Amino acid sequence: MARFFNTNAFRLAALYFALFAASVLALFAFFYLSTAGFIETQIEQTVGAEIRGLQEQYEQLGEGGLVALVRERSLNERVDNMIYVMTDPFLHEIAGNLSAWPRRTTPVKPGWITFPFDVHTPNGTEIHTALGTQLIVGGDRLLVARDLRDATVFRQHVLSTIAWAALISLGLGIIGGLLMTRQMLRRVETVANTTRHIIHGDLAQRIPLTGSGDEFDQLGGNLNAMLDQIERLMVGMRQVTDNIAHDLRTPLSRLRSRLEVTLLEKPSTARYAEVLTETIAEADQLLGTFNALLSIAEAEAGSRRDTATIVDLAEIARNVAELYEPVADDKGLTLLVSVPDNLPVRGDRHLLSQAIANLLDNALKYTPSGTVSLSVGRDGNVARIEVADTGPGIPLDRREVVFDRFVRLEGSRSTPGNGLGLSLVRAVATLHGGSVRLDDNEPGLKAIFTLPAAPASQAETLRASDARPAA
Amino acid sequence: MVAAMKLLVIEDDREAAAYIAKGLAESGYVVDRAFEGRDGLFMASSGGYDALIVDRMLPSMDGLSLIAALRAAEVRTPVLILSALGAVDDRVKGLRAGGDDYLVKPFAFAELLARIEALLRRGPPVQTTTKLKVGELELDLLARTVSRQGRAIDLLPREFSLLEFLMRHAGQVVTRTMLLESVWDYHFDPQTNVIDVHISRLRHKLDKGFAHPMLHTVRGAGYRLSVG
Repeated sequence: MARFFNTNAFRLAALYFALFAASVLALFAFFYLSTAGFIETQIEQTVGAEIRGLQEQYEQLGEGGLVALVRERSLNERVDNMIYVMTDPFLHEIAGNLSAWPRRTTPVKPGWITFPFDVHTPNGTEIHTALGTQLIVGGDRLLVARDLRDATVFRQHVLSTIAWAALISLGLGIIGGLLMTRQMLRRVETVANTTRHIIHGDLAQRIPLTGSGDEFDQLGGNLNAMLDQIERLMVGMRQVTDNIAHDLRTPLSRLRSRLEVTLLEKPSTARYAEVLTETIAEADQLLGTFNALLSIAEAEAGSRRDTATIVDLAEIARNVAELYEPVADDKGLTLLVSVPDNLPVRGDRHLLSQAIANLLDNALKYTPSGTVSLSVGRDGNVARIEVADTGPGIPLDRREVVFDRFVRLEGSRSTPGNGLGLSLVRAVATLHGGSVRLDDNEPGLKAIFTLPAAPASQAETLRASDARPAA
Repeated sequence: MVAAMKLLVIEDDREAAAYIAKGLAESGYVVDRAFEGRDGLFMASSGGYDALIVDRMLPSMDGLSLIAALRAAEVRTPVLILSALGAVDDRVKGLRAGGDDYLVKPFAFAELLARIEALLRRGPPVQTTTKLKVGELELDLLARTVSRQGRAIDLLPREFSLLEFLMRHAGQVVTRTMLLESVWDYHFDPQTNVIDVHISRLRHKLDKGFAHPMLHTVRGAGYRLSVG
C-alpha cells in the first residue's frame, strides 16, 4: 500500500480529487446561500407588505380602525405565523397576539429586528425567533413580525441536504478516483511485470495491448517494437556467432593441424619456411573473413546517424567503377558505366562504396565473357543502382539465399571469396532504408540496389561540401 | 640507413611489443619499449625519438590522450596509432587526436614497417614543390604531366595520383592498403586484388621500352618505386 501512495497515479488522483472536492463545496455553498437567503427575503417582503397595508388602513380609518384591524388579525391563531403587537407610547399593549412588546430585540439591518418569543404548544413552551419591523402611528407603536421557524427549518433542511449531497459526491469521487487509479496502476503494473519477465531472460514476452489505441497502448506498442528490434538483433548476433564458430573453426583447425603435422615431420628448413608462408596466407584469409563479418555487424548495428550526410551516389559509383575498370579490361570484359552527373542521397560514403564494389566484384568474378554494366539512376524519390552481367546467373530459388552469410553456390567454391559480400550489400541497403534484390538479366544476373534519394535541391549543397581534397 | 633511427613502441601487450620490437630491430631500428601510458608519455617527451608507435588502449593513460598531451607540449614526433578499433570513425578520431597514421590490428609486419618508413621520410610538408623527380622520372604537379628520360608518358588522372604517391615515397615499400587508403580513400579490402591491376597498368606505361624497370613488386609486402 505504501507503494500505492508513492505512485504518480495516486498523486494525480489525489490532485483531481482535491479539485473536485473544492468545486463541489463551492457549488453547494453558492446553492445554500442563494436558497436560504431567498426564504428570508420572502419573509421580509411579506412583513413589509403587511405593514404598508396597515399604514394605508390607518390613513383611511384612523387609529380606531387600525386597532380594530390589528385585533381582528390577531384573533386567529397567528395566521401565517404573523405576529402583531400594538402599544401606546408607554409600551402598554393595545392589541396584538404577543403577550408584550418584546424585550430583547436585535437589530439586523436598518428598520429590521429579530427577537425571541414564546410559543405555547401542547408539548410545552418553545422559543422561536421572529423577524419584524415597526411603525409609529400617532403616538402608538405597531410591530409586525413573522416567525422565522419555517425559514430556520428550511435552512436546516437545505443545509443537511447539501451536507449529504456533498458527502455522497465526495465519497463517489474518492471511490471513482481510486478505481481509476487502480485501473491505471494495473496497466502500468502489466508493463512492469512484462519487463520484469524480460529482464529475467524471457525475451519472447510482449506487453498485452487492449487495442484501444490510447496512450498506454501506444507506449506498449512502442516498447514491443523496441523488443522486436532487440530480439532481431540478438537472433542476428547468435546467428553470427554460430556462423563464426562454424566457418572460422574449420579453417582454424586446418591451420592448427597443418602446423602440428609439420612439427611431427621434422622437415627441412626450406619446408618450414614454406609451411609458415602457407600458414600466414591462411591466417590472412581468416582475418579477411573476420573483417568482413565485422563490417556487416557494424553496418547492421549502424544507426541512422551514420547515414545522415548528403553524399553524391553518382560520384561514389563512378569512383568504384574506375577502381574496377582495369580488372574488367584484364579479363577481357566490357564494363559499361552509365551514371548521371550527380545524385544526392543521405548515406555513408564508405559503406556505399563498399556495397557497389562488392556487387561489381561479384559480377566481374562470375562473368567469363561479355559485358558487365553499372548504371545509376533516379526513379522519383528512389535512387537505383543496377549491376548487370552476362554470366551464368543464379536460379530463381537461390536468389534470396545468397544474401545469407557464408552462402556460396555450388560451382563458385573454386573462385576466391568468403560468401559474405552480398550479406554486406544487404546490410548496407537496410541501413540506408533501402533494399537489394537479384533479378534475371536474360542472360545473366542483375542486382538492383535501391535507397531513398535526397531532394534534387540538395545537389547544390553537395557541390559545396564535396570539395574534399584527394589524399 | 646511416644513423640508426630511434623508435618508441608504447604497447601494453608485452608479447606483441616484443614481436614488433624484434622485427623493427632486425630492420635496423633502435627500439625502446613502454608498457603503459604515463611511462610512454614521459619517455616520448624526453627521449628524442624519430617516431612513436602507440597502442590505442593502454593502462594508466589511453593512447589518444597520450598523443594529445604530446602535441599540446609541442612534441611533433610522428605517431603511428595501433588499434583494434577499425571503423572509419575510430580512425578519424585517432588522426584528429594528432596521430599521423592509423593501423588496425591485426596487421602484417610488412605493413607496419612500410608505414613507419613512410612516416620517417615524410619530412616537412612539401606544398611548395610543384615538381617531383625520381631518377629519370619527372612529374609536374601543376601541368599534371609525367615524363621519363624526357619522353612524355600519358596517364589517367587516377594513375597520376598513384604515381605521385609512389614518387613521394620513392625507395620505400608501399603496401596495397596504403595505396587504397591514400589514393582512393577506401578503408575496406576489395575481394579481388584491384590494386595489383592498377599497378600493372601503371608499370606498363612507366617501364615499357626502358632498360630498367622502376616500379618493383616487393613480395609479401607491396610495391616500391626506385631508380634502379
